[in-house]
Amino acid sequence: MSETNEAKPDTPSTGPPKAFDVAAIRADFPILSQLQTTSDGSKKRLVFLDSAASSQRPNQVLDAMDEVYKTGYANVHRGVYQLAERATNAYEGGRKKIARFIGAPDAAEVIFTKNATESLNLVAGSWGRQNLGPGDAVLITMLEHHANIVPWQMLAAEKEFEIRWVPVNEGGELILDTLDQLLDGVKLFSFTAMSNVTGTLTPVRRLVDAAHAKGALACVDACQAVPHQPVDVTEWDADFVAFSGHKMLGPSGIGVLWGRRELLEDMPPFLGGGGMILNVTTEGFIPDGLPGKFEAGTPPIVESAGLGAAVDYLSTLGMEAVRQHEIELTAYAMRSLTEALGEGLTIHGPSEPAARGGVLSLTLDDVHAHDISQILDESAVCIRPGHHCAKPLMRHFGVSATARASLYIYNDTDDLDALTEALVKARKFFAL
Amino acid sequence: MAGLEDLYREIILDHYRSPRNRGELETPPAHRAEGFNPLCGDEIVVYVEADENDRIRDIKVGGQGCSISQSSASMMSGAVKGKTIAEARGLMGAFKAMMSIHETDIGGDGSEAEQGIDSPVETIATAELKLGDLEALRGVVKFPVRIKCATLSWNTLNQVLEEIEAD
Repeated sequence: MSETNEAKPDTPSTGPPKAFDVAAIRADFPILSQLQTTSDGSKKRLVFLDSAASSQRPNQVLDAMDEVYKTGYANVHRGVYQLAERATNAYEGGRKKIARFIGAPDAAEVIFTKNATESLNLVAGSWGRQNLGPGDAVLITMLEHHANIVPWQMLAAEKEFEIRWVPVNEGGELILDTLDQLLDGVKLFSFTAMSNVTGTLTPVRRLVDAAHAKGALACVDACQAVPHQPVDVTEWDADFVAFSGHKMLGPSGIGVLWGRRELLEDMPPFLGGGGMILNVTTEGFIPDGLPGKFEAGTPPIVESAGLGAAVDYLSTLGMEAVRQHEIELTAYAMRSLTEALGEGLTIHGPSEPAARGGVLSLTLDDVHAHDISQILDESAVCIRPGHHCAKPLMRHFGVSATARASLYIYNDTDDLDALTEALVKARKFFAL
Repeated sequence: MAGLEDLYREIILDHYRSPRNRGELETPPAHRAEGFNPLCGDEIVVYVEADENDRIRDIKVGGQGCSISQSSASMMSGAVKGKTIAEARGLMGAFKAMMSIHETDIGGDGSEAEQGIDSPVETIATAELKLGDLEALRGVVKFPVRIKCATLSWNTLNQVLEEIEAD
């Protein structure tokens, strides 16, 4: 894993998974080589288990971004000088790589945003504002992140349409018995491909088909899916797919909305400004074509180059192998945590590792997640306490906070052993 | 480098394990306010019943949260019970002064933490008030992200007191 800056062909998604060399991968991530000093003065290896919030990034991504800043930076799509052309190529080159990575038929369908949240707001603010009104309904699920709830609630307050919810069972899986009734009169079904709390993988193609059968569009929040499993938007047959760059080894400040060309073409612009117009007069404006119509202002130029390098890195590993690695680690974690902590430990979400992503939301006895996280920090174990921006789901589980450990390509069983050990310490510390 | 023992003093753990004044009061005559920590999902409900002389006759605390927010709420309830509203505000000022060292340091993140903070002049004037058990929370300032946990119940108390005064 030392020279992945160049675009490489996508790894085929079939065949036996390659051996996963975590040590070699970790060597590519400078941030992971640092030691954390704890209060007793000892130095501990950093155990980073918070990739569901934001991943780390390898040298290949950092170098690709540095390269643009040092040798090819200017604003895009405007200048005629060579530097501007190189910057434009870097920016558009990233778009092409990302299109290929998600199986998009056309790179112009890949819209760069700030993050997945903005992508979902774009769908609500542009398609939703144009197409939703009284008597209409949008269907979402109880698994959603606030990013796929609040934009609809904001728009519903204005457009007076109904928001319906697909229920969730105790195991954190969607209850689909009544899906067809729920879809009656629905214009858009917007759902997550993988819960950021429970790791639940939803049956994306089945949900898309169900929506289409009822004449509804399907929007997929793939923020947790794209970084961790093979995703092909054409195989999903979705209408919109949203995800963030920073959760998949890319930089913060860039997200993606993929949409079907004919839908995007019919939609009004979301933000207005430079870069998104063909012409402006005192009377009004004519919007640009795709993707420019949705990219007002100076876009995330260097971030696109960085995200392009990130998908190169992931493609070299192979997304099937990434997924397999995370299933194995998840199975190991569930087994070792249960053995060490037994009763009093709850791992929310599906019990079958292959039915979930590498996200482990834990509650331990009555110890609050904040306190768990604080004790774990003493062992340089980074996890996330809180509601994970999914308060309706947390309320459903009857908890106000969980301690969430989430896995990625650079994690190994040593990390999980450190997690288990630190949790045992936390239990002792707070024993009632 | 601050150690865990700076944060989790024995008295804090004691209040966490055996919270004082836990429960609800009938509204009216009591007043009620809810406080949220949007970062971690902690929710606190404070009930206060004041008598005709603006003295806090009874106080109860509900909700859920971490050891710091829960113990701080427990100590807060014990500290202000039986005090006048003015005295309770004085304690609030003293407690905030103890916590505010880092509230200013964390800059733009301090908006929520600053809710209900009394004026600096009053803070200095009341800093000599006895904080008692609450002193044990002094170590929290070394853990800036936990300051909001410690101040949540006080901010919620402030809301209730404002409601009582507006009544």
